[in-house]
Formats: sequence, C-alpha cells, structure tokens
Amino acid sequence: MGVSISLNINGEARSLDNVEPRLLLVDLIREELGLTGTNIGCDTSQCGACTVHMDGLAVKSCTVLAVQADGSDVVTIEGMAEDGQLTAMQQAFWDEHGLQCGYCTPGMIMAGVKLVEGNPDISDEEIRHGLEGNICRCTGYQNIVKAMKVAAQAAA
Amino acid sequence: MAKFVGKSFKRVEDPRFLQGQGKYVSNLQRPGMAYVAIARSPHAHADIKGIDASAALELDGVVAVFTGQDLIDGGVGQLPCGWVVPDCKIPERWPVVPDRARHVGDAVAVVVADNPYVAEDALELIEVDYEPLPVSMGARATTEYRAQQIHSEIPNNTAYSWALGDEDGMRRAFVEAAHVVELDLINQRLIPNAMEPRACMAEWDDTMEEMTVWTTSQNPHPIRLLLSGFTLGIPENKLRVISPDVGGGFGSKIFHYPEEIIVPWVARAINRPAKWVATRSESFMTDSQGRDHVTNVRMAMDATGTITGLHVQTWADQGAYLSTFAPLIPTALSITLFSGLYKIPGIWGEMKGTLTNTVPVDAYRGAGRPEASYLLERIVEKGAQKMGMDPIAFRRHNLIPADEFPYQTPVAFQYDSGNYQGLFDKLEEISGYGDLREEQKSKRAEGKLWGVGVSGCIEASGPAPSAVAGSLGSAVGFWESGTVRVHPTGKVTALTGSHAHGQGHETTFAQILADELNIPLEDIEVVHGDTGRVPFGMGTYGSRSAAVGGSALVRSATRVREKMTKIAAHQMESRPEDVYFDDETGNIRVQGATDEGMSFFEVALAAYTAHDLPPDIEPGLEETAFFDPSNFTFPNSAHIAVVSIDRETGEVTLEKYFGVDDVGKVINPMIVDGQLVGGVAQGVGQALWEHGIYGEDGQLLTGSMMDYAMPRADRFPQIETDRIETPSPTNPLGVKGAGEMGTIAATVTVANAVVDALAPLGVDHVEMPFTAERIWQTIQAHS
Repeated sequence: MGVSISLNINGEARSLDNVEPRLLLVDLIREELGLTGTNIGCDTSQCGACTVHMDGLAVKSCTVLAVQADGSDVVTIEGMAEDGQLTAMQQAFWDEHGLQCGYCTPGMIMAGVKLVEGNPDISDEEIRHGLEGNICRCTGYQNIVKAMKVAAQAAA
Repeated sequence: MAKFVGKSFKRVEDPRFLQGQGKYVSNLQRPGMAYVAIARSPHAHADIKGIDASAALELDGVVAVFTGQDLIDGGVGQLPCGWVVPDCKIPERWPVVPDRARHVGDAVAVVVADNPYVAEDALELIEVDYEPLPVSMGARATTEYRAQQIHSEIPNNTAYSWALGDEDGMRRAFVEAAHVVELDLINQRLIPNAMEPRACMAEWDDTMEEMTVWTTSQNPHPIRLLLSGFTLGIPENKLRVISPDVGGGFGSKIFHYPEEIIVPWVARAINRPAKWVATRSESFMTDSQGRDHVTNVRMAMDATGTITGLHVQTWADQGAYLSTFAPLIPTALSITLFSGLYKIPGIWGEMKGTLTNTVPVDAYRGAGRPEASYLLERIVEKGAQKMGMDPIAFRRHNLIPADEFPYQTPVAFQYDSGNYQGLFDKLEEISGYGDLREEQKSKRAEGKLWGVGVSGCIEASGPAPSAVAGSLGSAVGFWESGTVRVHPTGKVTALTGSHAHGQGHETTFAQILADELNIPLEDIEVVHGDTGRVPFGMGTYGSRSAAVGGSALVRSATRVREKMTKIAAHQMESRPEDVYFDDETGNIRVQGATDEGMSFFEVALAAYTAHDLPPDIEPGLEETAFFDPSNFTFPNSAHIAVVSIDRETGEVTLEKYFGVDDVGKVINPMIVDGQLVGGVAQGVGQALWEHGIYGEDGQLLTGSMMDYAMPRADRFPQIETDRIETPSPTNPLGVKGAGEMGTIAATVTVANAVVDALAPLGVDHVEMPFTAERIWQTIQAHS
C-alpha cells in the first residue's frame, strides 16, 4: 500500500507513486532515484555515511523515512559540484588528502558543509566535536579536520 | 630522474569519490536483478533439526529459498584453508551449514526475492528448528578437558600447535639470567569494520556459460581461483571476478567468504542476476575478526640489562572455523617478529591455534605483527622498569646496531636494513622527550596521573618469497604481476594484480611508471581489480603492494624501455647503447646528436605500424613481468604516546602522539603520512576503546556500532609523524611497507603510556581496552 510523495532532489522536482511508508530515505535516494553516491555504512545512524541535506539541515538519510521527505528539498553529494566544478569542501578534501577508500567521504562532505557554514574560523576542536556522528576508518580524521578548516576559510 | 617518485601528488582517484561516483559493489545494478538475504543462526552452537520455508515462499515477491543441503546437492564445495601448518586439522566448513551452526551468524538458509525489503520480510518467516548445544569459549579455556567439542574431528578444539626459535638457547638464557620479568596478557578480539559492508553481485550468461562475480575483495584473482577450484566449480576461463572500488578492507576483505559462493550459485540456479549486501549487523557476525591471543611471556636479562632470552606461549582463538589464512597470522607472521628491534640470542615461541564458538579470526591490519609487538614491547617496558632504566635508554642498550644489517634473527627472518638508534634520535627530537619527562615530574607532584609510553617496533611486510611461503604452509605463491601496455598513441595502460581500497595505487603506481617511462602522469591509467583485464595477481595485504606490485611494474616498464630503445636506435640509425630517454624534452634521443630525436608517441606508433623494426623485434609494445621478492621488507618505528587519566572517573585522554617510521624510500609522502596516521588511529582504537565481546553463551554482545566503540574524531590529538629512510635492498624501488606500521606500533605505545601513568599506584599491567570503567577499577584496587 504505497503513497505518493513529491520532493526536490538536487534542484529537480520529482514525484513518486506507490512509495512504501517504511521505505528509508536513503533507499529511495539510492534505489528509486539511482543516486548511489550516498552510502550506507551502519544501519544504526552511527556512522554518517548516508548524510544528505534536507531543507538545509544535514540529516542521516538512514534515519528518515522517504515519506517524511515529502515536500522537502533534498541535496545529495551528486548535487554539490556544478558542471564538474568542485565545491570548496570537495576541493579541500582533495587537496588535503581527506579521503582514502572514499566510502565515508560523501557523508563527511555533506556533514562538513553544514558544520563550517557561517564559521570561517572554526577550531580543530569544534570540527572534531562536530564530527562525532561521522565515522572514518581510514584516515584517523586528521586530514579531514584539516580539509574542513581550509574549506571553512574558502567558503567565507 | 625521479620527477614523480618522492613527491606528493594529489590522488587521481579522488574526483570520482568526491562527487559520489565511486563504483562500489552495492552501487551496481543489473537488469532483472534479484536480491539475496541470508538467514543466520541466532545460536552460537546448535543442531539444525529442520527448516520450514513454506510461509516465506508464499510471500509475494519471494523467488526461492535454499538450504545448505540444496547448495551441497547443487555442487558447492567446502571453504578451504589456504595456509596449512604441519599437522593442522582443518574443520569442515560449508558456505551454508547443512546440519549444525557453530557461531552466531553462521548461514543457515538463503532467501531470494524481487526486492531487498521483501527478502528481509521473508527471513522472518523462515522457521528453523534449532536444538541448542553447549558452547566452548575462550582461546585457552576451549582446550580444557571438559570443554564442549566443536568439530568431532578436532580433539581438544586445537587445530594446530606450532613453535619456532632456539629452545635450548632460551632455556640457557633463563638459567643464566640475572633478572627475569614475566607478564600474562590478553590481546583482545577486534572487529575490523571497514566502512563499506561486504557485498556480492553475480550474473550468469546461460548461453556462453560464463559467470561474472562482483565482490568486495582485496584480491579478486585468488577469489576466482578458490571459486573455480574448490567452492563453485566454474572453470577459471569462464569466470570473471571484479572488485571495483572497495571501501576499506584492513585485512577483512582478503578472505573467501560464503556469500561469494552463495550469490553466483543462486544467479545460476534462478538464471537471473543476484546481489547481496551485508547489513552492518551481518558484518559484525560474519566478517573475519582480529587478534584474540592469550599469552604468557617471560624475558631474561643479564646484570646490565642486556636481553638474553624470550619465551612466549600463546593460545590464539581462531573462531569456529579456519578462515582462509587464519593459521598464518599467529605463526609465521607473529613468532617470526619476536626479536623486535633487539639482539636477543635465545628466543622460543610456542603457539596453539584453538577453536571456539565465535566468528572466525584471521588477518586484521597488522595481522600477527601487532600481537608480536604488543607482547614484546610490554615485556621490554617491564624489563626497563625492573632495571630502573629509562625506557628509551633500555631499548637503546639492546638495539641491533646499524652496521649489522642484514641481521639474522633466531626466529627465521633476516632483517633487510635499518638504523634503529637513528629512529630514537629523531623521536627524542620531535617529541622533546626530555621535557616530557620533566613535565611528567611536575604533573605527578600535583598528584596527576600522566604517562609517557614508548615503543620500538618491527614489521615484516611485502609478503613474500613464494618458496619461503610454501615451506611455511602457504598453498599459494606471493609474487605479483604487472603489465605495461603502451598504446600506439603513446598512452599507457598499466595492469596490476595489486588491489587498491584506499591506498591510492592509481596515483603512486602511475608516479613510478611516469619516471620509468619518462612520460606525463596523466598519460598513464592504472587498472586493477578485474580478472577479465589483469592477467593474474595476488592482491593487497601485508603492506605488499609497492614492494611487490610496484616492483613488477618497474620490471615490465624496464622491458618496454629496452624495446623502445632498440626500435628508436634502429629508426635513428644508431646503436641502442647511444639512445637515451631525455628528461627535458621527453623525447628518445641519440647521445651527441643535435636533432630532437623521436617522441615517445613516435616510437610507440613505430612499434605498432611495424613498417621498419629491427629484425629481432616483434611488433607491439606491451610487457608483463612477475616479481617474486627475495625477502620481506622490514619497516620499523619508534613511537611515543602521552596520556592523562582522570582519577575520579578513570577516563583516559590521549594528549599527544609522536611517531617516527622507517618505511624505506617513499613514493608519495602525502599518501604515506596518511597511511601512518590512519594506522596509528586504528592502533589507538584497540588500546582505548575497541573490544569484540562475546557472552558466556557465545552471543556477540558488541554486534553494532552502538555497542562496539569505533574511534571518533573528537578523541584524538594531532598525531605528529616523521620518518627516517633506509632503503630496502630487496626491491628495485627501495620501499618497505607503510600500511600497517602505525597500527603495529600505536596499540602498545598507548598501553605503555597508560601503565606509566598508573605506575605511581604500583600498577605494572592493565588489560586492554583501557575503558574508564576498567581504569577506575584498577585505580580503586591500588588505592
């Protein structure tokens, strides 16, 4: 017994019929919309790999039902770079070697953008604290912190 | 002419990851694909009396349900063990168990459905009639007389016993010792938790009778070999295994897993593409786990503090089955490192591999070497204490001198190169060691618990000379292949049997080849992870890729250069010995000639047009080489951790961390530093937070990231790293492994710091992880 929902995904209006009420937003994004840049890492909202922006807030899309996103503006990692032009956060991750296997990276970038927004002089401590909900197994976080600091300045 | 090697180039693989375009297996789709979900045993040990799938099969969207017996009847084989030490008893292991489950998470039935949600629903409807059995737990306890037998063919739950070293020398050392120190210690069970859960997808071409399997593996070629020869039975020339982008491995994605058999078997059975993606809960219950050693270690010293003997007895918990390389880890990758950085004449190591009703244990970042460094650097620390010596001074007193390389240890390995005093020189310098000890004095005077931990560690990386591996129990060789294909246009495709899942080979291997071939970095594409494209390969683990895979590419590039030199000489009417690759112009020129010579492209094109080649030269420009290393490489390190402990709560805070590593020549410093820092974080994780805990009934109590403490960003200070460089003479690049050194060193460094912090209370050992509760209990017991 599905329901119909409409949402704006990366700037494009989409309507979907017959959406199961139990369908997770992350599965809607990955399976129905085919945007597989948003990864699933833990199923228990610990790791943040599935972080997207919903109505201007960073949310873990494994913890949102697709039907809750009805009428929302959702931005995923695919909606960041425009015409291949990386955003400041993406560029900083590249420049500072903020990724290794790349799996947590989309979630880190989506979380990072919101974390540094309006705070160009954000401290290491604030970034580390703000990243408690995003797990990376490869980098030891050091270059992620560095990248976010650089991006915070660049975005200002 | 190193224009590229030694410099920090940004990674060429990053743009796709940064834009959400990573090709992870879970992202892939095939038309008409079905979804596989797996019913798993909730019991650690139980007989399966019956399976009723009728309700599941009635559910709309369910395609099929298969039992273990169905798979056996359908021709699947048992999962083999690829490393067999003498007298090793290998337990039966089916991809889906037909009659008895031996750990929580053992696969019991397979559901196939049109969509993953329906597949999960169907799992709930499968009725399995279990008859629970008593369990056997604990690496050492499981060998006791009354313990429940897990496999009827393996008495005392002991799969193997192994020993190495000089037993007489060890005994003599203890008889003659002026001082002896001893520790009982536990290297706890860890759960690897690469961020990408394992996944497998398969497509069967019924007409061609060809199977393609996409799997999250660190080594797709060995997986194809095992699928073909042992478990699935499809010939290798009809089977393609692809491991595209893989989201971290840390060892856990080396092994051949049941799902890699189940999914292609299902795809063929239903003649439809099929995919399985692990939930994180399944990762906890089925990814091979790490460590879990119970050890007694004794060390003998003479009156001056010179170490003369070491005796180690370890019980290594291997879980319910022997995973692909399980017996290798505690034996040839652990006892062989018991000499550490030191001259120790009498070493004797004894190891028992035991079975329990837990998830199988196999290589996890460091794999045997962190276990070796942990026990050795803990007992060395205790030795320093006993002698009343500063921990660095005590270590310096016992280090192998720089002029004694190659150095033959009493435990088989011959170390390639090193400057161990130099490591500690640099460590003292970057950490301000003298000041740290002064600071500690004033903190202690204020009544604070503040510790400085030191370690000096060795690693054997870059496995391995194939003949040596064979003599130690390996069923395979450990060479690597590399192909350099120069296209007629001068662009290069490099095929490597190494696999990258975060290490950045697409960049570093291109740097190596850009130097070897004197061409721009962007003209080279590095291809890996596909048995349909790469001739063969052994994959990535044991920090082997640069030393072995990189060396294979150097060798094939050298042959390409030689061929190009001959072609160019012929076309320019000169002698090959007068032809050179000119750094400045990028051209291939003749010594002393004033003309520009030929461009790389012109020579490549000439090789393919074949209009005017020397008589002994075949057309085309592609070379494949296989590199079998003459020895391991031996990275080494000296690290310092500083911790503070809150007396009231027992909370440990890592205040500072310094590491100096010798990983030989460095190809890309940015990437190497990234590996070292990431490795340190993983090692710190074991010391402070991580512990895979099972209940007495065999239930996995830390079965999600809500229960298992993953390292998080806010718990780390800035990790300061530096390097010294003694090139390894065992490979043409002079490199040593860099992927695991941080992990091997960090755990024991932090452990030594915590014990040092608690030393004023009379504490000389605490078991890991150093949770607030455990430390608080320790403080209470010593107050």
